[in-house]
Order: sequence, then C-alpha cells, then structure tokens
Amino acid sequence: MNILTCVKRVPMTGGTIVLTADEQAIETRHLGFTISPHEECGIEEAVRLVEAHGGESVVLTLGPAEAEEQLRDCMAIGAARAIHLVTDGEEWDPQATAAAIAAAIHADGTAFDLILFGNESADAGNYQVAIRVAYALGLPVVSGIKGISVADGQVRCERESNGGRDVYEVPLPAVVSVLEGLNLPRYPSVPGRMRAKSKPVAASTPPRRESRLARRRLVVPAGQGKQAEILGHGPDAAPRVVEILQQIGLL
Amino acid sequence: MAVLVVIEHVDGEPTEPSLQALTFARGYAVDGAPGEPVHALAVGLAPRGLGELGVGTVHLAEHDAFGSYAPAAVARSVVETIQRLAPSVVVAAGSELGNEVMAHVAAMLDLPLAANCISASGDEVTRIRWGGSLLEEATVHSDVVLLTVQPHAVAIEKAPVGEPAVERFTPDLLPADLAVRVTDRVEAAADGVSLADAKIVVSAGRGAGSAEGFGIIEELAALLGGAVGCSRAVTMSGWRPHTDQVGQTGTKIAPEIYIASGISGATQHMAGCKGAKKILAINTDPDAPIFASADYGVIGDLREVVPAISAEIRRVKGA
Ligand SMILES: Cc1cc2nc3c(=O)[nH]c(=O)nc-3n(C[C@H](O)[C@H](O)[C@H](O)COP(=O)(O)OP(=O)(O)OC[C@H]3O[C@@H](n4cnc5c(N)ncnc54)[C@H](O)[C@@H]3O)c2cc1C
Ligand SMILES: Nc1ncnc2c1ncn2[C@@H]1O[C@H](COP(=O)(O)O)[C@@H](O)[C@H]1O
Repeated sequence: MNILTCVKRVPMTGGTIVLTADEQAIETRHLGFTISPHEECGIEEAVRLVEAHGGESVVLTLGPAEAEEQLRDCMAIGAARAIHLVTDGEEWDPQATAAAIAAAIHADGTAFDLILFGNESADAGNYQVAIRVAYALGLPVVSGIKGISVADGQVRCERESNGGRDVYEVPLPAVVSVLEGLNLPRYPSVPGRMRAKSKPVAASTPPRRESRLARRRLVVPAGQGKQAEILGHGPDAAPRVVEILQQIGLL
Repeated sequence: MAVLVVIEHVDGEPTEPSLQALTFARGYAVDGAPGEPVHALAVGLAPRGLGELGVGTVHLAEHDAFGSYAPAAVARSVVETIQRLAPSVVVAAGSELGNEVMAHVAAMLDLPLAANCISASGDEVTRIRWGGSLLEEATVHSDVVLLTVQPHAVAIEKAPVGEPAVERFTPDLLPADLAVRVTDRVEAAADGVSLADAKIVVSAGRGAGSAEGFGIIEELAALLGGAVGCSRAVTMSGWRPHTDQVGQTGTKIAPEIYIASGISGATQHMAGCKGAKKILAINTDPDAPIFASADYGVIGDLREVVPAISAEIRRVKGA
C-alpha cells in the first residue's frame, strides 16, 4: 500500500518564547527545528504499515527551503521519497495549505491508499488541514486517531473517548489524522541517515491562495516569569513541602 | 445578524465547553445586536437548560443516523442551518469534537475557520498557538465567521431568557456524510485515578534517569492518593506509557498541586499543566525554566528529595 504523510517544520522552543521585533514570528536564530510529535507517529506508522503490507511511504511538507531537513529526518526513519512544496518562509493559512497539498497529491499521480496527518500542527493548531484535504480529494477522513490497522481494503481506526475507544471502519483510500501515543516512534539510525541523503526530493513552488485567516500579530501571554518561592535545598526541604501540602488541605 | 452556537451534549446534558462557548457567543451578540438571544444547534435531542444561558431558539436536527457519532452528518446539519439562518458568526466549543465538526463545516463551505479562540469581536479574533504558550491576533475574511472557543478561556455566565423555542428539522444527509461513523466501542479497564481528573499529580522527567527511577514517584503519588505523570523525554525513552505524558501533545491536567521533578519546563510541557492551581518544582538546576512558572521550588536531586517528602508524610500521618 502507498502512504503519504504530511509534516510541518516548526521551531523547537525551550522554556520561553521570544518573538521577532515585528511580532510576526518566533525568533529562531538560536533554535533547532522539528515536526509535531503527532506527525512523528504518523511517519512511524506509515513505515510500519509499508513494512507489513508492502508499497511505498512518501513524506510531504509545505515550507521554506530549510524544511528539507525535516524531510530528510523522515526519510532517515524509512520514508522512500519526499515532496517539498517550497514557500518563501511565511506561514500559509490552513485553506491555502490544504489547497496546495491537495493539488500536489493530484500532480504526483500516485494512488495513495492512506494519507496521514497530525491531528493538529504543533505551532498553529488549526485542527483542519487534514479535513480540508480530504474534502478536496473526495475522500473519507477520520480524526484524532490512536490506533490503526489495515485489512481487506479497510482501515480500522481507534479514537479515545470517555475512558474507552470508539472504532471507525472506513474503506481505503482514506485520510486519517493521528495523535501522539499511536506508537513509539523510532530514532533514526546512522545508516538510515546515510541512506536518506540520496533519497529523492521532488521540489516545486506552488501558487499561494490569498489568506482568509490573516495574522495581524503574535503575542506572548502574560503570566510567565513569576519566580518560584524556594522552599529549600535537598532533603531538608521536605518538612516545608509537607507544610505546604497541609496548608492546601491535601494531607 | 444572528449568532449560532453548536451545542455538544451527552444525552441532553450540554458539555461544559459548550456552555463556555455559549457565554462567549453572547458577548459576541452584544457587540453586534445588543441583547439579542442567540440561536443554538443540537443533534438528536434538545439540550436541557439552554434558556438559562440566553438561547432563544434551539434548532434541533433529527435523523435516524444520529444514533452513532458521524462528524460529517453533524456538520451537514450546521451547514443547512447556516444556509437557512444566515448568521454572522457560528461558534462551537474548541473540544476535540467541536473542532472536528467545525473543520468539516469549513471544508464543506470553503470558508475560513479560527480554532481555539479566547476572544473575538467582529471579524477580529485572538486564538491560541502552541497549546496556549503563544497567542495570535488574526482577521477572518468571511461574511460568516466560523470559530471555536478554547475550553476554560471564559467562565460560564447565566442570562435567563425563558424556555427557548425548538425548531426541528431533518437534515438532507448525503451518503458521504455517513461514510465515517462510530461502528464499535472498546471499553478500557478502569485503573486508579485518571491523570486528567487527579487532584494531585506527581511527575518526573528525564531527571528520573530510568523506568526504575519512577519507583519513588509512584510511592509519593500513592501516599498522596494522586496520579503519576511524566514528560515527553520519559515517554520517548520508553520509561512510561504515553498515557502518563503531561503536555501539549499529552494529557492536560488541572490538579490542586502538580509536583514536577527532574523536568526542565519546556513550553510544550507547561502547556499541559496550566490548569494546575499550584506547581512545585524539584530540580538540581536553580536556573531551570520551570522555576519561572512554578509557585514553589526545591533545589536538589529528586532521588533524595522525593523519598524525603514521602518519609515526612509518613511521619506526619503516623503522629
Ligand atoms: C510540538 C511539540 C510538542 C511537545 N509536547 C510535549 C508534551 O506534551 N509533554 C512534554 O513533556 N514535552 C513535550 N515536548 C517536548 C519538550 O519540548 C521537551 O523536550 C521535554 O518536555 C523535555 O523533557 P524533560 O524536562 O523531562 O527533559 P529535559 O529538558 O532534558 O530536562 C531534564 C531536567 O531534569 C533536571 N534534572 C536532571 N537530573 C536531575 C535530578 N537527579 N534531580 C532533579 N532534577 C534533575 C535537569 O536540570 C533538567 O532541568 C514537545 C515538543 C514539541 C516540539
Ligand atoms: N505546511 C504544512 N506542510 C505539510 N503538512 C502540513 C502543513 N501544515 C499543516 N499540515 C498537516 O496538517 C496537520 C494539521 O494542521 P493544522 O490544521 O494546522 O492544525 C498537521 O499536523 C500536518 O500533518
């Protein structure tokens, strides 16, 4: 079976977020980049399904030239090739993103049985690109999935709800958006990284639809930087900790 | 211009995030047309108590298919109501299902959708990014503004307007609207306190050092009757299952106190414990970022501090 997984390059922010002076983006000069944990699980699942059922695992991103780094990371885990929709670095709104991804899937020509997304992107969290792509392609879409199995041309999806799991069974081809916890993604191996260097990346520059969810500015919410009251150092602090627990009424 | 709110309910009992969305939407109506009652939409049966929250009309979608959840069927009902009512804004809870249904609505109509908003006025919204670690102010370019409301961003406020009128309709569902629906259910064995509901959460990060390193964390959690949590560094190492992970892509917790040891305090971790009333951080590094979001701190090795707290609790309880 052929599986496409869509991933988005995002900065690895640490303990605090610093914005650029124009308040349009996160200051990333000293940051590394990654993809969402949900998408990592998507890549891992695609590789496992192809190991079990045969076929090809393909990874796609829409992002700046530097996003090739994330495509190589995904190919190091096992994706066979990549599709890179190159932008000038500015974030596209979810409608424009979905339109470009759907057009790229058409243009690629591969009959993908499964198209995997993260349930929400790490940074924007729009909760919608997967669903929009599914409508553009006329495919069924299941969201927020933590369990996938494929048999007899059907995908069986499990989604957590009210302490149990709801089951959806959908004929392939289908779009599925996944959540972290679906599997435990492997780390890329050194030989995997070596092989990834020579795997093909098909790059193109798609036209951009006008933003209808247009960012004005980013704001770091108030409330950070309160400094904790230090109760003590080492085990000697234990009596103070227990006093606090008693004060709150927990003991 | 009308304001339409999509109400999620369990057997007629509206969910809390839906009532928050309703309160949020009333503020919206006041901006547009002062004091006008809002319209609610529900599927299956009319939710109870909506008149208390300023709802004048309930649009009730009825269909045999609503016996099991089918996101596109709910969305189709919303789309039909939008076409009939021509509202200026459509609001739903920014819950898993709320965001899903509204994304289907947005895709069906090819309209923009702003997810997880904390405030809005006209076509200008403020929404969360990075699980709440960052805010985005955006303009929605559309005649009808579709948005969802970040759970717990607004407190529920009552505004009684009497019993709402109920307008029943049967949506014209396409076969594709029913292609994805819940067909089965797997019940999970209930084991102990759930992380999301726990009053006390004791957690550890990479500083725990190993799966075995969680022995002292489990011991303290058991003494306090709390649940065990962890960071993503821990789940990625395979020391704990993902169900224990607190954070943006893990569980969101809201305990009375969150005891976080050996956790640096990355924004994605803190996004999961914003709901905690108090945070106690235990860390060897006095400059760890977590001390800037915690209420209390202990500087030290969790392998010494955590057992000492357990011992002190035993001493106090024994006394
Ligand atoms: C999109 C995205 C989503 C993410 N989602 C999540 C999420 O849901 N949850 C999550 O947790 N992370 C998440 N992460 C990862 C996050 O960015 C951090 O990498 C992670 O939280 C770090 O875990 P940690 O604090 O345990 O490890 P580290 O950052 O390595 O910190 C370990 C800390 O332990 C202290 N320490 C070491 N030894 C001891 C000791 N003996 N006693 C006391 N202290 C000690 C150190 O001083 C340090 O502060 C996400 C990342 C991304 C990009
Ligand atoms: N720029 C992008 N490139 C590739 N995939 C994306 C992009 N933006 C979003 N996606 C995919 O769509 C999912 C949901 O994104 P969102 O709707 O922004 O929350 C993500 O987890 C990705 O799988």
